[in-house]
Amino acid sequence: MLSKKQARAFFLGGTVVTFLIFIGLTIFSFTKAQDQSNDGNITEAVVRGKVLWEENNCMGCHTIMGEGAYYAPELTKVIDRRGEGYIRAVLTSPVDWAPNGRKMVAYGFTQEEADDLIAFFDWIDDIDLNGFDTVVSPLSKDDN
Amino acid sequence: MKYKSQKVAYWFFALSMLLFGLQIIYGFIMGFAHAGFDGLHSVIPFNTARAVHTNLLVVWLLSGFMGAAYYIIPEEAQRELVSVKLAYVQLISLAVVGVVAIVGYHFNYWEGRKFLEIPRPLDYLVVVNVLLFLGIILTTLFKGKRRTTTALVLSMGLLFAALLYLPGMLPFDSQVKDSFFRWWVVHLWVEGVWELIMGGILSFLLIKLTGVDREVIEKWLYVIVGLTFLSGVLGTGHHYYYIGVNKIWLIVGGIFSALEPLAFLAMALFAVNMYRKGEKKHPNKLALYWTLGAAIVSFIGAGLLGFAHTLPQTNLYTHGTLVTAMHGHLAFWGAYAMIVLAIISYSLPNMTGRKLYESTRGRMAFWMSNIGMIGMTVAFGVAGVVQVYLERKMKMEFMEVQKEVEIHFIVLIICATLFMTGIILYFIDFYKHGRPNDEALEPDSNL
Repeated sequence: MLSKKQARAFFLGGTVVTFLIFIGLTIFSFTKAQDQSNDGNITEAVVRGKVLWEENNCMGCHTIMGEGAYYAPELTKVIDRRGEGYIRAVLTSPVDWAPNGRKMVAYGFTQEEADDLIAFFDWIDDIDLNGFDTVVSPLSKDDN
Repeated sequence: MKYKSQKVAYWFFALSMLLFGLQIIYGFIMGFAHAGFDGLHSVIPFNTARAVHTNLLVVWLLSGFMGAAYYIIPEEAQRELVSVKLAYVQLISLAVVGVVAIVGYHFNYWEGRKFLEIPRPLDYLVVVNVLLFLGIILTTLFKGKRRTTTALVLSMGLLFAALLYLPGMLPFDSQVKDSFFRWWVVHLWVEGVWELIMGGILSFLLIKLTGVDREVIEKWLYVIVGLTFLSGVLGTGHHYYYIGVNKIWLIVGGIFSALEPLAFLAMALFAVNMYRKGEKKHPNKLALYWTLGAAIVSFIGAGLLGFAHTLPQTNLYTHGTLVTAMHGHLAFWGAYAMIVLAIISYSLPNMTGRKLYESTRGRMAFWMSNIGMIGMTVAFGVAGVVQVYLERKMKMEFMEVQKEVEIHFIVLIICATLFMTGIILYFIDFYKHGRPNDEALEPDSNL
């Protein structure tokens, strides 16, 4: 029968080994050869777009790469689906955007801010998402 | 209650209950908005309600864990807390940081990163607060007459929870890296170190409630937390399937997260077996309800419902849908909310001297809240599966699908009302116990 000492060794040993593997896999994932996060194409506009994304807690309603809340549409491949003009109209609208009755806060972004957010969405669209993009975007599925 | 300083736990529990009540109110705001009634949109838009709802959950659970530690550690270490004054300072600062953050969310003062919305300046205050808490707990433990496994596991959980908060503060320009390291905090808290805290509290409660030998309980505690880390650390990979990182996570995350239910199954079997084995029948039946309930419901909510959408081939379709909300609600309720309610139910009569061990109100609180939460889980689940099918398979527009699932949110609201009624009954029980006092001191146990 297992002793308390053996149980402790199982806990400590298992924890240390899995943590080491986890850190190793993290490093591996972000090595240049394995990186699929579109890191090289991050521009200043993308960074400004990400800041706007966070400052306004867009993730509190929308999802992007499947992450966020489930109250408003997934925004991965949104430019493909809706076109840049539509997205710009939503972002700069001075009144709540509510095409199907569900309201989005009227952020009234400037054209420059809309440019930055669109650059951010564009950058997201070029990330290799292991196939998730084909599920959330019919257009993308046709393209592939 | 064996030591006077344990009384400080009461006020952490009181703060916890206050925030829990608020969390439910914001949950209703979101439920109504999903059902098509968003009358509060101009004052409390959905993203505000969501940030408040999830952050209140984190803060009330942390306050509950801290209260649990302030109650358990003196008894385990067999000495008073090193400083009660500092513990009160820590309580007040926790409440201030929590309230400032929650109010700030109503004025666009946040970081907009799921679960970690607290703005950066407040992050530093959180770090100071947690350091103060750990200082008090670890010094008490270090100066204590004995160092038990229960106390060590609980303290380790709290220490690692503090350390793991730090990766969430790293700044990244890339959304992918931001997300990747955000899960180091969120996943490794919820499916890692918080389970140590849960295990520590569960072990303490089982020792007290069943009378089974400490050595037996603590041996199994090691096995359970061992299984937790063995599966949970690499199980983080299930958050990395589709966020722009290497495919290796599909394999690693798939295998190890499929093993995650084992830890919860072990915990449920452990709790039920210890109860059966125990010869001592503690009169505090309500505490026993919540303790066994936490072990069993966490297996269903965190273990089984987590497994239901954790494999990459399923998660490809369920990722970013209401299916996640289904799993999230029952998992947090079973694993963490119920264990906090269990330690409160156990410790409250001991701190106040009012031995309200058995009452219809207490039993109703348990059953109504649990049945209500299971109903909510089913409503989320049905809405989620419908969403997956219509949106991801049939390629219907997001809002068309949302209209289709509105009815399930009406069901959700009805079940949430039952849940809230149970929780109100629990609050009444809490209030009826009165305040902690030194007359409740019983310094004669050898457990």
